[in-house]
Amino acid sequence: MNSLSTASTLSAEDISVWFGERQVLEKVNLTFPANQVTALIGPSGCGKSTFIRTLNRMHELIPGAGLAGAVYLDGEDIYNESTDAVTVRIKVGMVFQKPNPFPTMTIKDNILSGLRLSGRKIENAEELVETSLRRASIWNEVKDRLNDQAISLSGGQQQRLCIARSLAMDPKVLLMDEPCSALDPGSTRRIEETIQELSETMTIVIVTHNMQQAQRVSDQTAFFLADDNTPGGVVEFGSTEQVFNGPIDQRTNDYVNGHFG
Amino acid sequence: MSQTPVNPPAQERRKLVIKPLSKGDKWFFRSTSIAAHFAFVLVALILGFLLWKSWPVIQGQGFDFVFGSTWDADSDPMVLQLGPMLWGSLLIAIVGIIIATPMALSMAYLIVFMLPNRLARIATTLVDLLAALPSVVLGLWGLLVFTPVASHWAEVLNSYLGWIPIFGVADAENGFMRSPFIAGWIVAVMIVPIITSVTREIFSQLDRDLINGALALGGSRLSTFRRVIMPTSSGGVIGGVLLGLGRAIGETVAIFYVLNLSFDINWGALLEPQGGAVASWILARFGEANGAEKDGLMAAGLVLFVVTLIINYIANVIVNRAQPWRKN
Repeated sequence: MNSLSTASTLSAEDISVWFGERQVLEKVNLTFPANQVTALIGPSGCGKSTFIRTLNRMHELIPGAGLAGAVYLDGEDIYNESTDAVTVRIKVGMVFQKPNPFPTMTIKDNILSGLRLSGRKIENAEELVETSLRRASIWNEVKDRLNDQAISLSGGQQQRLCIARSLAMDPKVLLMDEPCSALDPGSTRRIEETIQELSETMTIVIVTHNMQQAQRVSDQTAFFLADDNTPGGVVEFGSTEQVFNGPIDQRTNDYVNGHFG
Repeated sequence: MSQTPVNPPAQERRKLVIKPLSKGDKWFFRSTSIAAHFAFVLVALILGFLLWKSWPVIQGQGFDFVFGSTWDADSDPMVLQLGPMLWGSLLIAIVGIIIATPMALSMAYLIVFMLPNRLARIATTLVDLLAALPSVVLGLWGLLVFTPVASHWAEVLNSYLGWIPIFGVADAENGFMRSPFIAGWIVAVMIVPIITSVTREIFSQLDRDLINGALALGGSRLSTFRRVIMPTSSGGVIGGVLLGLGRAIGETVAIFYVLNLSFDINWGALLEPQGGAVASWILARFGEANGAEKDGLMAAGLVLFVVTLIINYIANVIVNRAQPWRKN
């Protein structure tokens, strides 16, 4: 096994976000302690996905995107002028809503794609492929067909392949943007189990619309809300237990109990 | 105990009647189908006409019509062999493609991935305007404005890279004008728009999550382009390039102005002031040709037509097969 680096603590301070002139997030303050799973919940359009993209500097790729505040990865601001966005994205991996394996590549090449894309040397390719696939609990299903095209896999397998692809970069933080929204319940359950295992070695932030999922996988939960025509923000942030069973804010209570959203 | 099974009476199927077309619809249907068939009929008629006119020449000259390299309408019997012109067309088209493809790819990338919407629209319009430029205007510009400039480039190429056969010339005093190199540039200008627009279409249909996925894995713009965008769209891009090639091969007037047509076959000395182009040759000879030579020129047109058809067909096959993963 490759030696795995330890998880990092990530914290967002006063993050505000604009698209052009329109402000979509107002002063979000959240801390993601090492080895914890944090769920971001809230109705559609409240800025959860936008927020998660500020954590690995994917946000700045959108034309007209603006940002204020800072994100600290182990105490260092990832938006420092001297910090390269690529280095940030290598340390902070991301899994997307829809499985997005590279269709022209084999399963194996998908795993190695991050190293190739970032121009890093590949040592022990075989071992890295196996370790990454094992950590994403998909090794047994694909070990005999590593040279098959990635799109020959089912949707759930593709998503786990994408998780494995991120893991091959040995990230310290893994961001997951509704990773199960396109999957069936069986695949969802397996990915949730994987999240639990991964949190032993990394910090995880997951956006989800599924309240049960948030309760099953996360240690702490942040509830985002955007009132009409105002920027979104965090209404309540605390341990998952507290947010779901004893919310302080009435709006949180309404949301987690399905009264709106 | 066995009982004879009782077959339930077969259910009676109802007759489904498509409502008769209204009178207006009937006429609409008729006129559109006439228009649609007209295109097929026209192509068939042109092909038939060419075949009819050129048959005697093709029969008389045999395979040498395509592969030989003498065109002498005054001898008896007439020797009509198109080889150098046909090869010249291909050579110029290849030069054009080599120059145009990187330009078109860069432009498409810029328009789709880099420019803000408004600028992207302006750039698209400008590139499309290039396609609307009349060929004769381009030819005159090529002759009067571009040739002096490009002949200088050719001279520089020759003085540094002359030891590579394709950049060598027999006589450096020739002026470096009217060469396949210059004709290739002119063709490149003509086909940049079509390659750009096909590539732009392919790029804009790419799943943005694939590109974001590559960037999120630590890819740079360049490595993402090379490892994800290009492999994913290569089929479509090759198809676009072949469509451009189809157009380049048939190009007539613009090349006519900037190329010295010669039956001394030029296999690949790009800077030498001699080359060939089937369509330009037809244009050059048609005015003074007698009946039999005219038929020979018709046959040349037929050959060009067939070559273009084949290239377009291949382009279509490649474009259609380009993205098998889109099917699910």
